[in-house]
Amino acid sequence: MTELFGVPAPALFGQLLLGLINGAFYAILSLGLAVIFGLLNIINFTHGAQYMMGAFTAWMLLNWAGLGYWWALLLAPLLVGITGILIERLLLARLAGLDHLYGLLLTFGLALVIQGIFRNEFGSTGLPYAIPPELRGGQNLGFMFLPNYRAWVVVVSLAVCLATWLVIEKTRLGSYLRAATENPTLVQAMGIDVPKMVTLTYGFGVALAAFAGVLAAPIYQVSPLMGADLIIVVFAVVVIGGMGSILGSIVTGFGLGVIEGLTKVFWPQASSTVIFVIMAIVLLLRPAGLFGRAS
Amino acid sequence: MRRFLVPAGAALLAVAAHPALADFTGGKVRIGVLNDQSSLYADITGQGSVVAARMAVEDFGGKVKGVPIEVTFADHQNKPDVGSNIARQWYDTDGVDVIVDVPTSSVALAINEVTREKNKVFLVSGAATSDLTGSKCSPNTVHWTYDTWALANGTGSAIVQTGGDSWFFLTSDYAFGHALERDTEAVVLKAGGKVLGKVRHPLNNPDFSSFLLQAQASKAKIIGLANAGGDTINSIKQAAEFGIVAGGQNLAGLLVFITDVHGLGLQTAQGLILTESFYWDLNDSTRAWSKRFSERMNGRVPTMVHAGVYAAVTHYLKALDALGADGDGKAVVAKMKELPTDDPLFGKGTIRKDGRKLHPVYLFEVKKPAESKGPWDYYKLKATIPADKAFRPLAEGNCPLAQ
Repeated sequence: MTELFGVPAPALFGQLLLGLINGAFYAILSLGLAVIFGLLNIINFTHGAQYMMGAFTAWMLLNWAGLGYWWALLLAPLLVGITGILIERLLLARLAGLDHLYGLLLTFGLALVIQGIFRNEFGSTGLPYAIPPELRGGQNLGFMFLPNYRAWVVVVSLAVCLATWLVIEKTRLGSYLRAATENPTLVQAMGIDVPKMVTLTYGFGVALAAFAGVLAAPIYQVSPLMGADLIIVVFAVVVIGGMGSILGSIVTGFGLGVIEGLTKVFWPQASSTVIFVIMAIVLLLRPAGLFGRAS
Repeated sequence: MRRFLVPAGAALLAVAAHPALADFTGGKVRIGVLNDQSSLYADITGQGSVVAARMAVEDFGGKVKGVPIEVTFADHQNKPDVGSNIARQWYDTDGVDVIVDVPTSSVALAINEVTREKNKVFLVSGAATSDLTGSKCSPNTVHWTYDTWALANGTGSAIVQTGGDSWFFLTSDYAFGHALERDTEAVVLKAGGKVLGKVRHPLNNPDFSSFLLQAQASKAKIIGLANAGGDTINSIKQAAEFGIVAGGQNLAGLLVFITDVHGLGLQTAQGLILTESFYWDLNDSTRAWSKRFSERMNGRVPTMVHAGVYAAVTHYLKALDALGADGDGKAVVAKMKELPTDDPLFGKGTIRKDGRKLHPVYLFEVKKPAESKGPWDYYKLKATIPADKAFRPLAEGNCPLAQ
């Protein structure tokens, strides 16, 4: 059997693929964060809690309303997105123009409150959510067994990331968004309703988090802490990619997933730390991140 | 001078008139429940342990020799430094006499040392490492509910005996996982089996697919899960996804609690073999106590850790009652070891010289969905391991107190 760095090549391919799958979650979450940061200039610490709310909404739709996975994939982002819009209108809008720190404290506090409520209600062990019947089973690729559901996660995340990138970079709506990021006053003078756009953008970013939550529900336990565990890593991904850079967050999301996957083979104990080591190195060499523009 | 002497004399008289108060530090007994209140072990221990401790105090009558008993609690966040800081503050300034529960072996080992240094009492229910009654044993500590040796001896031997003779370990990378892996490996090797590999994952790790792939490649018959709580749940769930069991390998959950089975659902958990020292549905007295517990805990049943907290606190109060003082931790623990234990949850038992509480341990199998008759009806009893066989023999622990 051929070996690379002392590990059989097939095993290495398997780990690369798994890394890509985990990277899909990082990409989709950091994308939402980047969109929100880009336009609102707010570091959305509630993102992890909103991801968790997406998974819980899927669970509630199934157990309380009898609506399955596919409905959840559509409805959960919508419902959680609406709560995001309410949060922006009622709370975040009041902080516009203030120091970053206020937004950070508000969203961090909200995250703790939301997680606390869910933990109180559902306990910390979490709840089971089955893989939809259409996506059960898996393919034997020769070098590894690939569950169908994981393949679906990669495909759908790539599609969502690509669509978001296209909308922001290639459409008229996207050009308004980018312009409003640069100079909101001027864009408003052109007759575009910037506050409404800001609200909808926040709602969209939150909906992306909830979408990732629904995707994650069948793989991980639907648990109140699922977001808190992930969000710190996702922030590191955003910082490495460059704050607010759409393409940066997608590419680094997938890339770091792969690096983390490889660490799990060569030095498993370090797998929870490796991303932060990379973050420290990147910040030393390129303080604006890999894809960020130095201001 | 007289202005000082008169009130001082009055205070002395008051104490003399109430002899018990003089022997109980701070004029009351304070029980501190220290555990995970907010993270992956919060359902196994958490508020349930606080409720169990309060129930023990109420059932004892709320007072020892006329001295009131209080229960307080804190969250150690599974971090040894946070845990020892709370313990020091409790012992030094808050008048806490005994610390109870303390899951997460790394934190428990730290509290073990602080308690010895301050000569207080440590009643362990949540932590698993058998080192607490082995090389790290202390005259101030009683290890009540279970330990890694008992788990390895229960689940490990049962699996080796049914043909699972080659193992790959998925181990949580801290004191608990290492101890559980070590104790299980010893059982496997002793029975003539072999260990083909192991991988150590960080605590509270969400994705196990990479580790499971390594386990799959090892071709071991048994994948031993030397982890707990959310980590075990995610390992089992993702093993099903990757077709590990369908591919002919079997999982051995070395530490599985009833809340984990509840979180997995019977569909995924059915057939798992597990070792526990308590199950709510064992007999009439466990059912009666569990019903009272459930009423206060939103319908959740107690885990063996909760049961252990209740029983340990009950026995501690009995020892205080017999001793009539709580200031000298070593003396209290010595009294606990001298008195035979008797409670509705673990029955009659004893505490050994090294601090190990002895009682029977049970081997359960998780029911199939069709076999379960109601909520939380999850286990069927496969075997009972008697108290003298359930725990590590005194001589093998290397505990200095045992010599």
